[in-house]
Amino acid sequence: MSDRRVTVRKTYKLFIGGAFPRSESGRSYPVTRTEHAARASRKDARDAVVAARKAFPGWSGATAYNRGQILYRVAEMLEGRRAQFADELGGPRKQALEQVDATVDRLVWYAGWSDKIAAVRGTANPVAGPYLNLSSPEPVGVVAVIAPAEPLLGLVTAVAPVIVTGNTCVVVAAERAPLPAITFAEVLATSDLPGGVVNLLTGHQAELAPGLAAHMDVNGLDLTGVAAPELKQACEQAAAENFKRVLTAAEDQGTRRMTAFMETKTVWHPAGI
Amino acid sequence: MAIFEYAPAPESRDLVDIKASYGLFIDGEFVDGAGAPFKTVNPATEETLAEVATASADDVDRAVRAARKAFGGWSALPGAERAKYLFRIARIIQERARELAVLESLDNGKPIRESRDVDVPLVAAHFFYYAGWADKLEYAGFGTKPLGVAGQVIPWNFPLLMLAWKIAPALACGNTVVLKPAETTPLSALWFADICRQAELPPGVVNIVTGAGETGAAVVGHPEVDKVAFTGSTEVGRIIARAVAGTGKKLTLELGGKAANIVFEDAAIDQAVEGIVNGIFFNQGHVCCAGSRLLVQESVQEELLASLKRRLATLRVGDPLDKNTDVGAINSAEQLAKIRELSAVGESEGAERWSPACELPERGFWFPPTIFTGVAQSHTIARDEIFGPVLSVLTFRTPAEAVEKANNTPYGLSAGIWTEKGSRILWMADKLRAGVVWANTFNKFDPASPFGGYKESGYGREGGLHGLEAYLDV
Repeated sequence: MSDRRVTVRKTYKLFIGGAFPRSESGRSYPVTRTEHAARASRKDARDAVVAARKAFPGWSGATAYNRGQILYRVAEMLEGRRAQFADELGGPRKQALEQVDATVDRLVWYAGWSDKIAAVRGTANPVAGPYLNLSSPEPVGVVAVIAPAEPLLGLVTAVAPVIVTGNTCVVVAAERAPLPAITFAEVLATSDLPGGVVNLLTGHQAELAPGLAAHMDVNGLDLTGVAAPELKQACEQAAAENFKRVLTAAEDQGTRRMTAFMETKTVWHPAGI
Repeated sequence: MAIFEYAPAPESRDLVDIKASYGLFIDGEFVDGAGAPFKTVNPATEETLAEVATASADDVDRAVRAARKAFGGWSALPGAERAKYLFRIARIIQERARELAVLESLDNGKPIRESRDVDVPLVAAHFFYYAGWADKLEYAGFGTKPLGVAGQVIPWNFPLLMLAWKIAPALACGNTVVLKPAETTPLSALWFADICRQAELPPGVVNIVTGAGETGAAVVGHPEVDKVAFTGSTEVGRIIARAVAGTGKKLTLELGGKAANIVFEDAAIDQAVEGIVNGIFFNQGHVCCAGSRLLVQESVQEELLASLKRRLATLRVGDPLDKNTDVGAINSAEQLAKIRELSAVGESEGAERWSPACELPERGFWFPPTIFTGVAQSHTIARDEIFGPVLSVLTFRTPAEAVEKANNTPYGLSAGIWTEKGSRILWMADKLRAGVVWANTFNKFDPASPFGGYKESGYGREGGLHGLEAYLDV
C-alpha cells in the first residue's frame, strides 16, 4: 500500500437562505466522473422562494451604497479564489483564468451601479400644476433566474444586475456545469451578503424552471439561460398568470438587465403655502 | 335637505352631429366592416347613438397591412416632421374640444364637467407632450428605433384619453398603429380618425378598427403586429399575456387596481374628504387607480365618516350633460349588473352599506355613490375590483399596519396617503407597492408623469419619459 494521502472530496449542495442543505429529495446527479451535484426538487425551489421573500425587505431597504459595497466585496472574495475557480472551470488554464477575471470585472461593473441607476432612470416630472412629482426605480421583488450555460461568468452576469438593484433571487445553475456555481455560493456566503438574497439550486432546468415560472410569489423571471424554445414559451405562459416581469434576452453588460426587474414609482405631493 | 336647488344647466347636444352609422378607419379611409354591426348607446338614456361596424379578422388584417405599408415612410420621416403632425393633432383637439367633450359624455355617461375639464384637455396635452419628444428621442436613453406596427386595445372608461395615451407616444417614436376602442364607447375614436384626416396625417399611420373582444383578439394575435398595448381588466390582460408569450412581441399592460387611500389622524380632514370623494367617485369610480379602499386611522374614523357622509349628500347624480352633475351614468347595463352583484356580496358578507338620499333617473344605468363600513380584509369587496362608485372602509392603528393592509392585494397600481407629517409621507411612499402614490392629493394625471402598476396591475409605464420605452426597440 502506498502511504499517499487520500484527498478529501467536496460534496456539492444547494444554497438556500444562507445555508448549504442537500436536496430534500435526496437526489443528486453526476457531473464529472467523480463528482455529483444535488438535484433540487420543486420543494427545494419553493423553499428558496420563501428564503428570497424573507430577505427582500432587508436587502431592498439597505442603502444603495451598502449594496454596492457588498457586491464589491463579492468581487474581492472571488478574486481571492481565482485559482480554485480556474481549476473547477477546467479546460485550457489560460482561458479558465480569463473567465474568472472577466467575472470579477463584471461584478465590479455592476457593483458600481447600485447608487447610480436611480439617477439614470429616475425623473423629476414637470406637471402642469403646483405639485412636486418624482419618479424613481424600485426593485420588483423576488426574481427567478435560469442561469446561462457559461458556468461562472453567465451566472454572475445574470445575478449581479438583479441583486444590485435590491431584488432577491432564486437561481438555477447551468445544468451541465453546476459546480462552480456552488463554489460561488461559498463566495457569497463569506461576502457579507445577507442570507436569502441569492439562493442557488442545481438540478434539471426542465424540472425546476416551470415551477418557478408559475410560482405566485415570484415577481420576475430571467429566461436568458433557457435554450429550448418550447420550455421558454411554456415558462413565459406560466409567468403570465401573475404578470411576472420576464427577460428573455439582453446584452451582458447594460442597464436593461437591471431595469427589466425594476418598477417605476411616481410620487405626487402638492406644493403650496 | 338642500338649502337651494341648482337650476339645470345642460350643455347643448347640437354641438355634435352623430350620423346613423360608422365604418372602420383603414388606410386613411372610412370603410365597411365584414362583421355584424353593433349599436352604441347613451348610458344615461339608453337611446341608440349610432350603429358601428364590426371588424372581422380580414378587416384587421387589412388594417395591419395598411399600418405596415405606412411604417416605412412614417418611421423614415425626420422626428421634427413627425412632431409637426402631432402638434397639428393637438391643436385640432383643442379647437374641437367642446364637441369632443359633449360626444364623450354622450357615449360614455361621464359628467360633462369631467370630459370638458379633465379628459379632453389631457388628451390635447398628451399629443403636445409626445410631439416634443419626436425629435429628441436620442436624449431619452431608449435608442431611437421604433418597433413597427403597434396593436392597441383600450377600455371604455376614458375612451379618448386612453387613445391619446396609446397613440401619441407610438407615433412620436415612429410606429404606426391599429387601435381598437371599446365596443360601448367607439365614437370618440372615430372622431379622432377624422381629426387625423384634418391633420393630413399620411394614410395608414393610424387605423381604427371597431368591434368587441374578437376584434381585439385579432389585433393582438396578428403575426405582423410587433407591439401590443392593452388597458383593461386583469382577466383579459392575462389572456393577452399568455397569447403573446413566446412570440417576441413587446407587451405593455395597464390592468386593474384596488388602491388604498390611507388617512392618518393628523390629516387635514376636509382635504382628505375631498380626496376620498375624488378618489372613488370621479368618473363613477370607473377608474383603474380609483381609491376604492379607504384605510382610516381608528382614532379619526367617526369624525371622518361623518364628514364624508355629509359631503356625499351634496353630490349631484344625474344627466351627464348637465354642468352641475358630479356623478354620471354607469357605462353599460353589464357593468351596472356587476356593480350591483358585488355590492350585494358586500352586504351578504356582513359589511354595512350606506348611500346618500338621491333620486336616480328612471331610464339609463345608474348607481348611487355608496360606502361600505365594517369591511374586513377578507371581504370580497375589499379584494375584488368593483369598478364603480363603491367605497370600502377599513381601519388601522399603526403606520406599519396601514402598509401591511394597503399592500395586501395582488394589485399595485396606486395609493393615497393623507397626513401632515412629511417624514411619514416619505416613509409610507417608500413602503407602498404601487406605481403611483398620491400624497395629500389623489387621481392626478399629467402627460409628463409616468403612470402604471406593480404586480398584477400590469407592466410598463405610460406618460413621461418612461412612456417612450414601450414604443422603442430597447
